[in-house]
Amino acid sequence: MDLLLKGGTIINHDEEAVSDILIKEGKISKIAKNINTESKTETIDCTNLIITPGLIDMHVHFRDPGLEYKEDIFSGCDAAAAGGVTTCFPMANTKPVNDNAFLTLYMIDKAKNYGKTDIFPVGAITKGMKGEELAEMGEMKQAGALAFSDDGLPIVSSEVMRRGLEYASGIGAFIITHSEDLSLVGDGVINEGEISTITGLKGIPSEAEEIMISRDILLSKLTGAHIHIAHVSTKGSVDLIRRAKDKGLNVTCEAAPHHFTFTDEELLNYDTNYKMNPPLRGKEDVEYIKSALKDGTIDIIATDHAPHHPDEKFVEFDKAPNGIIGLQTLVPLTFKLIDDGIIGLKEFVKLTSYKPAKIAGLTDRGEIKEGKIADITIIDTDKTYLYDDKLNKSKAKNSPLLGASLQAIALYTIKRGRIVHKN
Amino acid sequence: MSFKKKDLIGLKDLSKDEILFILETAEKFKEIGKRDVKKVPTLKGRTVVNLFFEPSTRTRTSFEIAAKRLSADTINFSSSASSTSKGETLIDTIRNIESMSADIFVVRHAFSGSAKFIAENTRTKIINAGDGTNEHPTQALLDLMTIKEHKKTFENLNVSIIGDITHSRVARSNIWAMKKLGINLKLFGPKTMLPVNTDPFGCNVCTNIEEALENTDVIMMLRIQMERQSKTLLPSVKEYAKLFGLNRKKMQMAKKDAIIMHPGPINRGVELASDAADSPKSVILNQVENGVAVRMAVLYLLGIHNGG
Repeated sequence: MDLLLKGGTIINHDEEAVSDILIKEGKISKIAKNINTESKTETIDCTNLIITPGLIDMHVHFRDPGLEYKEDIFSGCDAAAAGGVTTCFPMANTKPVNDNAFLTLYMIDKAKNYGKTDIFPVGAITKGMKGEELAEMGEMKQAGALAFSDDGLPIVSSEVMRRGLEYASGIGAFIITHSEDLSLVGDGVINEGEISTITGLKGIPSEAEEIMISRDILLSKLTGAHIHIAHVSTKGSVDLIRRAKDKGLNVTCEAAPHHFTFTDEELLNYDTNYKMNPPLRGKEDVEYIKSALKDGTIDIIATDHAPHHPDEKFVEFDKAPNGIIGLQTLVPLTFKLIDDGIIGLKEFVKLTSYKPAKIAGLTDRGEIKEGKIADITIIDTDKTYLYDDKLNKSKAKNSPLLGASLQAIALYTIKRGRIVHKN
Repeated sequence: MSFKKKDLIGLKDLSKDEILFILETAEKFKEIGKRDVKKVPTLKGRTVVNLFFEPSTRTRTSFEIAAKRLSADTINFSSSASSTSKGETLIDTIRNIESMSADIFVVRHAFSGSAKFIAENTRTKIINAGDGTNEHPTQALLDLMTIKEHKKTFENLNVSIIGDITHSRVARSNIWAMKKLGINLKLFGPKTMLPVNTDPFGCNVCTNIEEALENTDVIMMLRIQMERQSKTLLPSVKEYAKLFGLNRKKMQMAKKDAIIMHPGPINRGVELASDAADSPKSVILNQVENGVAVRMAVLYLLGIHNGG
């Protein structure tokens, strides 16, 4: 069925223009001013709304299979669609671990049948994410995986990491690193600094992240393999990545909305909804992450959507699992950056769809262009609303923003020409 | 003045006046311990439950004696907090015991922030008897009471806290309170036991024991928990005693009338040599005595509300 988007402001990474979009057979068929169609064509009036490529989130946890009490692929895709996200990369730390083609296919098929979101499962680099033996990355690639990661755990052995990088690059895939020196993390639970001094909560120094990022950059240099560094949270990490990029190394990276929105001061109340890994950092780090989003050192924004059951977060701080749900707060938190004059609309598109598509080699999306698939997000940048239980589509509730008033929302999410969510 | 808070979680949350008020109340209660019949009916019919999720004998005993002197019924509940078995959650435990109509919970827990977490999820009043490395407010109150007895005033007094500052709830509670009371604080310990960022404490951090002891009125030595401290924090107990411990000779660097304090139990020959621990300057047993009075005061101030 055809769909006509009328009068919206189309934002691409390199230009913005008011135009109509005609969608036919799941693809963008025509972009022009004043497109006339037969009267029965379904039309969305996009006046005063902005139209962006469907958002691509390269870092989510859908907990399926095995941990469906936290989230499953259906609820994960619901949350994605409600947040304007049309493509997701679910991480491999499911139960069992997604370290084989069978599970990769299971995940892809489940999402495909549901039809709201394309998912490209991130396969594990090592069997069982144990950091010891390489998983069957080739078979997972054939099943549809584009990237590999032991996200949640670093690969401690530099030798194993080296071989993982070599092997992945050899089959045309890339590695997403979870860079963390576990010995330096110890039993730390929040950022080490003033707030850990005040609260008596054990600290994790920035260097725990930076040391491992240094290693992973060096291994990328050694192997020539593309590494994509997940959830960059510190000033020092940004500096290391900038230097690597200046030297022409094959390094990209992402930042999560919580790391450019909240500081570790939120931990003064011991609220487990602010407990995450990497931990929320200091003000200086947060400001630095923002400037790195602006100057492009940080390539993309990814949510690290990490659902947990409410019971799991309702425990002593040290015992609570890390993570925050983020799919439905991606748009409002990132638009705050636009409101604050840090990035513009084109940078928004670059960070949330254009660059993620480029990094993953997805040539059919990431831009609003004739011939691309019709993955489109229509955003009302002015709408303020209560982000409450009714709006939240995730099974989980672990976001400190639940119950808060937010601005900017994905009004319509269109997946291959079909409206999969309307807010 | 009266004390209006539901709970006593930490001294960080109290005003100077509230701290002084608790101390004044404790001074009045101290006398009861000196009577032949050491009991008043103040909290008769009230139930105080000592909820200890981390082992402790002396703090629990002190609270139990304090509650009994006020005629409250006391029950001890011990459990392991670090147990990761799929047992009852902390709040389920709390609500179970709450349902038996307890009036006050005295809580000791291995994790920072736990006392606050419990307080937010029960109607029962909470007294924090130590949560992780966060606070141990009654310990700091008894320290302050002892200092006041010996030094009469807090204003411009020089206090040195020496030992494992990072992992000490005793240090944190004392630091927050002492800053409010106008005390000049110095901290000293192995660099591995000092927070990387000490700015929030607003204290002088010393680099050697001479600096730490010079011109000080009160020397507060912290317990080195040999069973817990990992080998990466300290090379040896012997070296700790030499570099960071207190003995009679080093005491001469402090003011002539300086007093020696310790939250107990002391490790003789480690943080405190016997010639320091047993010297007339040591007020350690005095602290223990005041502990009961302070805990009576806190139980009383929280316990008299609600159907008083």
